[in-house]
Amino acid sequence: MQATRDFSHYLKSAGAGLLHLDLAVEGISCAGCMARIERNLSTIPDVTSARVNLTDRRLALEWKAGAIDPAVFVDRLAELGYKAYPFERASAETQEVERTNSLLRRLAVAAFAAMNVMMLSVPVWSGSVSDMLPEQRDFFHWLSALIVLPAAAYSAQPFFSSALVALRARSVNMDVPISIGIVLALGMSLVETASHAEHAYFDAAIMLIAFLLAGRYLDQNMRRRTRAFAGNLAALKAETATKFVTDDEVRTVPVAAIKPGDIVLLRPGERSAVDGNVISGRSEIDQSLITGETLPTTAVTGSAVFAGTLVCSGTLRVRVAAASGGTLLAEISRLLENALQARSRYLRLAERAARLYAPVVHATALLTMLGWLALGASLHDSIVTAIAVLIITCPCALGLAIPAVQTVSSGTLFSSGVLLNAGDAIERLAEVDRVIFDKTGTLTLPELDVANAAGIPADVFQLAGRVALSSKHPVAAALARAAKASSPLPGIEEVPGEGVHGRWDGVEVRLGRPSYCGADEEADEILHRDPEASVVAFRHGTACHVFAVRQRLRPDAAAVVANLHRQGIGVEVLSGDREAAVEAAAQSLGVHEWRAGVTPVDKIARIDELTRQGFKVLMVGDGLNDAPALAAAHASISPVSATHMSQAAADAVFLGEPLAPVATAIAVSRKALRLMRQNLWLAVVYNALAVPIAMSGMVTPLIAAAAMSGSSLLVMANALRARVQTKETV
Amino acid sequence: MEVLVFLVPLALMLGLIGLTAFLWSLKSGQYDDLDGAAWRAISDDEPAESSNPSEIPAE
Repeated sequence: MQATRDFSHYLKSAGAGLLHLDLAVEGISCAGCMARIERNLSTIPDVTSARVNLTDRRLALEWKAGAIDPAVFVDRLAELGYKAYPFERASAETQEVERTNSLLRRLAVAAFAAMNVMMLSVPVWSGSVSDMLPEQRDFFHWLSALIVLPAAAYSAQPFFSSALVALRARSVNMDVPISIGIVLALGMSLVETASHAEHAYFDAAIMLIAFLLAGRYLDQNMRRRTRAFAGNLAALKAETATKFVTDDEVRTVPVAAIKPGDIVLLRPGERSAVDGNVISGRSEIDQSLITGETLPTTAVTGSAVFAGTLVCSGTLRVRVAAASGGTLLAEISRLLENALQARSRYLRLAERAARLYAPVVHATALLTMLGWLALGASLHDSIVTAIAVLIITCPCALGLAIPAVQTVSSGTLFSSGVLLNAGDAIERLAEVDRVIFDKTGTLTLPELDVANAAGIPADVFQLAGRVALSSKHPVAAALARAAKASSPLPGIEEVPGEGVHGRWDGVEVRLGRPSYCGADEEADEILHRDPEASVVAFRHGTACHVFAVRQRLRPDAAAVVANLHRQGIGVEVLSGDREAAVEAAAQSLGVHEWRAGVTPVDKIARIDELTRQGFKVLMVGDGLNDAPALAAAHASISPVSATHMSQAAADAVFLGEPLAPVATAIAVSRKALRLMRQNLWLAVVYNALAVPIAMSGMVTPLIAAAAMSGSSLLVMANALRARVQTKETV
Repeated sequence: MEVLVFLVPLALMLGLIGLTAFLWSLKSGQYDDLDGAAWRAISDDEPAESSNPSEIPAE
């Protein structure tokens, strides 16, 4: 029964009889791919537009409704060598895009105003030492006010609203001193202009807004990019279900389109994506993910099946029930929520700096005013000087110091295969001094592999792989993948619970249990040597071979562990797997601390214990049962193959087979944190120099503008040093 | 100095035109794919089939 793919869930109307489909495409890496895909798909009749987005690695298609089955596009892309998945933009991502664009609009307005005000300010600065008439100066000041006030009212809104939120919650963030500085600077300038005074700070205020918006935009753009990538990942591994549309016709549809009461088909080797009850069929099912019970149970008509159940032997028809509580899935969701709440209490470096900064600055301004009053200056002059202090200390450099480093570092991480999920991930990763690895899928590769491939003739391996294509059993699937087989042998039949058989060159071929192929002796020998392996036997006529299939450690796992040890970072392994398997893996990696058979609750307990001892724990894991631990740890990383829930809980995701990105992520983050701290110190030094000048009342608008742009450029330049990557000795 | 009466509005007008142009380009999606746009500018209408893959690592 071949299931047709159903794309209707993803199709959007593009008006006037046109349909629109977004695809996330794996493997687009260069301009050549872009041109090739666009040209090829445009040649399909009725396609009106095919446009690749190289940044987000997506393809937008539009065609005339009716004539084409969207599956054609996916097939055509597969012929070109790209895997494509239908894609639905998550609302979270749409929000990020909207926020990014809104910041860019405000930045444009602020920058426009800043540039035009400069045109008016430079004559005033130079005129004040030559022959400018007071009337002309006033005229230029009023013009500046005309440009700056509306521009500031529009572009500084993000700071004002964020400051208001913080004040309402009776706390202080960086935006409070920023907002106070902006409002006071503009207000004072307006009053000074009205009273024909010499100094107005419109230029400094709008420049401050522009610089700060640039920092905000960098930060936001990084978030948008990770969100877009996370969206692609979600599409790549979108869970699908095989749904009956009539009694004997099935379609592959996204799980999101399945409703309670629908009937779905579960075949051997598939994991159920839904909760439901069996209405026909019989199969052994593995519920280890849900109940922790590793021995398979038998599902018959009427049995309950939960999402996450692995179907082992037969096919099942399941009527979908509404999502049920009381399963491990529900328990994990609850643990996850608690852990995430705890993490959101983490205070970012910028916030900690703001908490120190705001009171100090405001106290300094107040002291300045009182000091000048005490020295006999007029109330007006004292207030003007105090406001000048606020303007000069406005955390322009502070607002840029951290986002700039973050943007540059996340770019470095991106190119070494690490994608950040959380804005404050870099800071938390940098503080890590203990790493906990999960074993299965994290230290080991996510997919099974043939361990004894070297001892088997290539032609036999190839043939066995082609036979294996006809079986859905996970071990057979691993064999087919290892042999890189692509064309199944014709006429292969499955004997449930035993294996598959058929004919090739007039001779019988069999693949399955060793007893089915008469290879018990060989199999026992392999199992004796390697008790962790699964075996599958292959018989072609009289020749018989046994394949040992097992999970392999990631190629560089031992080197990464050694590297972490060298950096003084403790490593341990926590796994839900059996003791023998965990011990073997830990020993071959040189890890002395390991625990086997741990539950999700145990993992959290261990992390809490380490946290109480003062360790900052990095959790690296991929399974559903790791999700709460990932959220509970100080920082967390998942491989890209991880379950959706784990990936969402992790701070970062790494791509590819090697484990090295974990070490790289820590190294890059440490360097980034060092640069952030340096930048903050630069800002402190700047203030230490500028504040006395401001307090003495010698700050002119020219000095304010120069100091502001100077300090911003300085921290930007320092941030760019994060680009120079530390030489990795993995 | 009367010339300011013309020059200042003129300068502001030019600035406003620039701002409007930027906002329009933003709205029409020209900043959605910066990587792709860089390549589109230099690609021919009919590029050679074996165009050089660049050093950008595949995902």
